[in-house]
Amino acid sequence: MKELSLNILDIAQNSIRAEASLIEILLDETETTLTLTIRDNGCGMSEEFVKTVTDPFSTTRTTRKVGMGIPLLKLAAEQTGGTLSIRSTQKEVDPAHAGTEISASFDKTHLDFTPLGDVVSTIVLLIRGSAKTDFVFRHTLPDRTVELDTREIRQVLGDEVPLDTYEVLAWIRDMLTEQYASEA
Amino acid sequence: MKTLEELAQIRDRMKNKVALREGTGEIRVVVGMATCGIAAGARPVLNAFVEQVANKDLGDRVTVTQTGCIGMCRFEPIVEVFEGDKRTTYVHVKPDMVPEIIETHLIGGKPVVKYTKVEE
Repeated sequence: MKELSLNILDIAQNSIRAEASLIEILLDETETTLTLTIRDNGCGMSEEFVKTVTDPFSTTRTTRKVGMGIPLLKLAAEQTGGTLSIRSTQKEVDPAHAGTEISASFDKTHLDFTPLGDVVSTIVLLIRGSAKTDFVFRHTLPDRTVELDTREIRQVLGDEVPLDTYEVLAWIRDMLTEQYASEA
Repeated sequence: MKTLEELAQIRDRMKNKVALREGTGEIRVVVGMATCGIAAGARPVLNAFVEQVANKDLGDRVTVTQTGCIGMCRFEPIVEVFEGDKRTTYVHVKPDMVPEIIETHLIGGKPVVKYTKVEE
């Protein structure tokens, strides 16, 4: 993957398939480090599956027996000296706390650090692809915080106008772009 | 500055239009967005279709959706166009091919055959 934001787009789709109603995408950035956390309240994975999930030969896809999503994110983190961790609670085990949290840390100063890239496009396309899911996006930078919570947007829109209306998505794109561009 | 008031205005403007927007869905454009598609460059392709279909006001006839891996990863980014029973598969799609696919195929009704073939 050429951008970390592409890994985010890829990994968050696992949360959508896990039928999460809320997906949180959190980026915590200092001058030298980046931590990515993707947390969902979906159906979760069994302990055995979590153990094997960083292995490319472990997948839920049905067209073939190889899944590269999590292995690619793990590689992107580890090649900077960072780590990837996964915690998951299966719905069958504990319905009240079901969900998955994937966390990856990166050393931004490392030569092999993949730039974040167009994270705004990733967020807009995730919302567009799953308009019934709620998304929280929070990017904490040294000088500012960029935030989006689709629950607040939904409150304004009411029942009549869906989140994936083109004009609404354009507003979300502009709103995020402005937050990144504004003077700190 | 983007404000929630502005969002409320969009809501009021769109309220009546949305029902119409659901449209007939005669044409379905499906972009492969699994790991393979994303890694091969599907995100800007999907973006281009979404924006240009909206800008050309084709929303009532054309629906743009995304799908997972269809098992031909080496041809990604793959875009499939469904019109009733007819299916056209575009391979190795790049954003700069999108205007021609929209003009010639989605509007003109003729598939862009050269983009359906794998270049050796």
